[in-house]
This record gives sequence, structure tokens and C-alpha cells, in this order.
Amino acid sequence: MTCDLLIVGAGPAGMAAAIAARRAGLSVVVADENPAAGGQVYRAVMDGPLAKEDRLGADYRAGRPLAEAFAACGAQHLCRTTVFMIERQDAGGFTVSLAMPDRACLIEAGHVMIASGALERPFPIPGWTLPGVMTAGAAQTLLKTSAIVPEGPTVLAGCGPLLYLLAAQYAQAGIKLAAILDTTPRGNWLGALPHLPGFLASPYLFKGLKLLHEALSAHRLIRNVSALEAKGENQLSSVEAVAGGRRITIPAATLLLHQGVVPQINLAMASGVSHLWNKVRLAFEPSLSAAGETDIRGLFITGDSAGIAGAEAAAARGILGALAIADRIDPAGTAARQGQRRDAVARLNRAQRGRAFLDALCRPASQFRIPADDVIVCRCEDVAAGDLRRLIRQGAQGPNQLKVFSRAGMGPCQGRSCGLTLTELFAEQSGHSAQAIGHLRLRAPVKPVTVGQMAGLEPYRSEDAG
Amino acid sequence: MFRRLLEPVARVTITVDGQAVMAAEGDTVAAALLANGITRFRRSPTSASPRGPFCAMGVCFECLVTIDGEPNRQACLIPVRDGMQVVTGAAAPDLLAERQ
Repeated sequence: MTCDLLIVGAGPAGMAAAIAARRAGLSVVVADENPAAGGQVYRAVMDGPLAKEDRLGADYRAGRPLAEAFAACGAQHLCRTTVFMIERQDAGGFTVSLAMPDRACLIEAGHVMIASGALERPFPIPGWTLPGVMTAGAAQTLLKTSAIVPEGPTVLAGCGPLLYLLAAQYAQAGIKLAAILDTTPRGNWLGALPHLPGFLASPYLFKGLKLLHEALSAHRLIRNVSALEAKGENQLSSVEAVAGGRRITIPAATLLLHQGVVPQINLAMASGVSHLWNKVRLAFEPSLSAAGETDIRGLFITGDSAGIAGAEAAAARGILGALAIADRIDPAGTAARQGQRRDAVARLNRAQRGRAFLDALCRPASQFRIPADDVIVCRCEDVAAGDLRRLIRQGAQGPNQLKVFSRAGMGPCQGRSCGLTLTELFAEQSGHSAQAIGHLRLRAPVKPVTVGQMAGLEPYRSEDAG
Repeated sequence: MFRRLLEPVARVTITVDGQAVMAAEGDTVAAALLANGITRFRRSPTSASPRGPFCAMGVCFECLVTIDGEPNRQACLIPVRDGMQVVTGAAAPDLLAERQ
């Protein structure tokens, strides 16, 4: 056995889990794709160009103590390392395949915790493959790692808290957006209203108002956007929108899209974990015990990959998962960890207050999830919604057959950019529920690896690290 | 188009399509190219339409470039290194044309 616990992902959940597991005396390996720990939310929080400044906000700075504690906790951190397969051993425990910059190797782990976080929900609109169109998350990543900001007219479009966080961060950096196009459907307020009391009692209220104030004092906001189109010849040149029934055109060099985030499910699904469709959050989420264990004994999922709840909740869930694993390995120490568990539960409850309101309010409109016929759904293979609808009318039996007949979902991103759209489009067209349709079947290797890496797979030796 | 908010603390030089390009230490290849006004990284192998970074976090594979001779590398995940050779614009090879 190489380690008691292998954690996939060094974001808030993975880092907090590693710290808690080390404190309980477990041997821990953390594999993460990025050059440094932090995940998306705390990306470059230790040594990024803006790490020592205030302009990214207090929530970002809050990641620094966590990243410092993680660096000091004694877990072995493998950066720029991609976990591409998890295999359950008959005798218990797992064999995990990892691709590193120069080779690939196998790690034997008693337990595995997937903390691979979230990715942005697909936002298929006409022209969304044009250079110059990217996600708001991408813009934030560039800001955090390289202090790079858009130059020239920039439009931010979509819905959800991250949209306004980025707008506020740009305002702080002295960048004025050409416009914020808010696509939140007016009707969402009705669905969100019952959850308002929880939101009013949550930390999100103050944070949300502050962000809105900062964003709106700097940028022009256009609400009730019901249609969006990126225009340009080989490069974005303008954004067309319909707002409150009125058509507008905004010249733009950059269009940043965002309509919420969804769990990264590829590794979990490829490992055989059962998932259920969440009707409110419009995404597949793994079926988990309270501690985050999947239906595969010893395999846990935590943080946003278990269901979107944000960084604070992710850290709390990471700790709870680590404690559950510690209890199984060292039952005698369970009582001594009771205080930690209580604290983590309280922290999780606090962080989840107000989420139901945000989930309902920020539910993206159907026309931005299930696009018109001429819009590309699968970016890798250039498959349009109309091609898929035609195949469904001709009798395709689900997303897997759509993939076979059209190649949608067959490209290098392995359905990450189109999987949810395929499911929802199929549900809309067939009249069945998204749960009944299911997701495109995902298989290992969950990221492309070379034949050379596969052929060279060898047991991991810790002295190789570094 | 993108620009830097801050002057880089430490610079490295990479080569992009034969041209020397300045990058900051800590940049990913994708960030370095974007900061130098390069937004078209490759062409779609099916439609040949130009593509550039979309997610910048390793998800979408739109930023694939050739790095030091190795094709289809994710520019958004790989840090720059002094002397690195980057080639943009690759689409799938035309196998039929090559056969003729």
C-alpha cells in the first residue's frame, strides 16, 4: 500500500481533507493537475502576482492560511498530475493511475477521495466557439495566475454569483466593462422567494449586496437578457442580445460567459459511482452517504464535485470525509475526533444556509441550456443541436447513441463541454426526464494520455517526487 | 485581447510560431499567448474554424498547441519555460491528402 488515502484535487476540499487526515495520522497523497495547490477558487493564492494584494477580495485571501496549513501538513502533494483511472481491488483498496509531466504511475491507496471540484455549465449560444469568447472562470484564472485582464470592449454575460464577483474584481482593477448582460429569468424570483429567509440570515446576503454595489457602480448592467449571440469572422467582433424584448448590438473584443458551475463527474462516473439528476441544480450529482462515501466502499467524493455548495462548504465536507476514513482505519481514535467533527458539521450548516435561494434564483434559462438547431453543442466535434434533434427523431436511444452517430462527446474533452446539453436536449426532445435519459457513459482514461504513458505505467515511488 | 495589470517580476522568452515572445514566470502557455495578443490557438479538426482558450482550466481542450515538438498539449495547464517552442494552428492531418 502506498498510502492510506489518495485525494484527487488540491482545492479547498482536498486541502482541508488532507490536513484533517494527516492530523489523524493517515498517510496521504494529493494529486492535482495544476502547478500549485488552491484549486480554482484559491488559484495562485500563495505565489500569484496578486496574492499579496487586496484587489481579489477577502474570500480569496481566506484561502491563504488553508494553503499554508496544507503545505505544512505532511501530505505528499503531486502537482501537474492527472488521475485518469481508479480501479477497485477485490481485496479492498484501490489502484489509481496517474499521468505526470514526464511519466505515468500507479498508486495503491486504501481509500480514495475525489475532490475534483466544479466546471462551468455549458453555455451554448451561436458563435460561442469564436476566439474571444471564453468563460468568466477563464478570465478569473488569468487574473489570478498572471494578473492579465481583457483589453478593448468586454462583455460579461450570464447569471450567478461568479458573474458579479468577476465584475467587482474588474472594477477593483480599474477595468470598465462594456456591459453586463444578466440572463437571469425574471420568473426565477418567484421560485427563490420561499428560500429568502434562509438567504437573509446567511453570509451571502452581505457579500452579495457588496458585490452588486461594487459591480454596478462601475459597469452598465442590462437585465432580462433572453437571447445572446457572439458575432464575428474568425474572431469575436460584437455581441448581439435581446434584452426586455429589445435587440441590442455591442461591439466586443471579449465575451465572458457564465451560468453557474456544475460538479466534475468524469472521474467518479468512470469509476462506477451512481449519480442522480438534481432537478433544482440541473446537474448530475453522486449518490453519497452523509460523510461523502459513494456506493463503492472506500471511495469518497467531497467538495463541489459532490454537489455545488462553494468553498467554505467544500472545506467542511472535506474534513468530514477525512474523519470518516480515519474512523474506519483507527476506530479507537473516533471519540477524540468528535470535537473536530462537530465543528465541521456546524461550519457546513452555516455555509449551506442561503444556498437554496441562490440555486433557485440563478437557475439558468432553458434557451441557454438547450439551444436552437444552428448552435454547436459539441465544441470538439462541431456537432450542432439540429443534428442531434434529427438523430433523436430518427430513433437514437440516448446520449450514447447520439455519440456513436454524430461523434458528439467523442472529442478530447470527453463530454465535459456538452454532456449536460446532450442529456437535457434528449429529455426535451423525447419527453423523458433527465434522470431517465442519464449521462453519456464516461470511461477511463478520463483525460487523454499517450500510449507511451500507458505502456510505461509503473508503481509510484515516493522518492521520485519533486 | 488581454493586457497585464502588473509588470512581470521575472521574464522568460518563449518562441511562438518562430517569433520570440516575452512571458512572465508563472504564466501558463495560454496566459502568455493571450497577453501577447494571440487568441487563435488551433483550428477545429472537423470544421477548421479557429479556436482559442475557452475554460483556461484544463476542461475544454480548445487551447491545444504543439509544445517543444509534442502536439495537442493543453496550453492552459503547462507553465512557460525559457526557450520553450510553441506552435499554434495545428488541425488534424489530412490523411487522404497525404495518401495521394
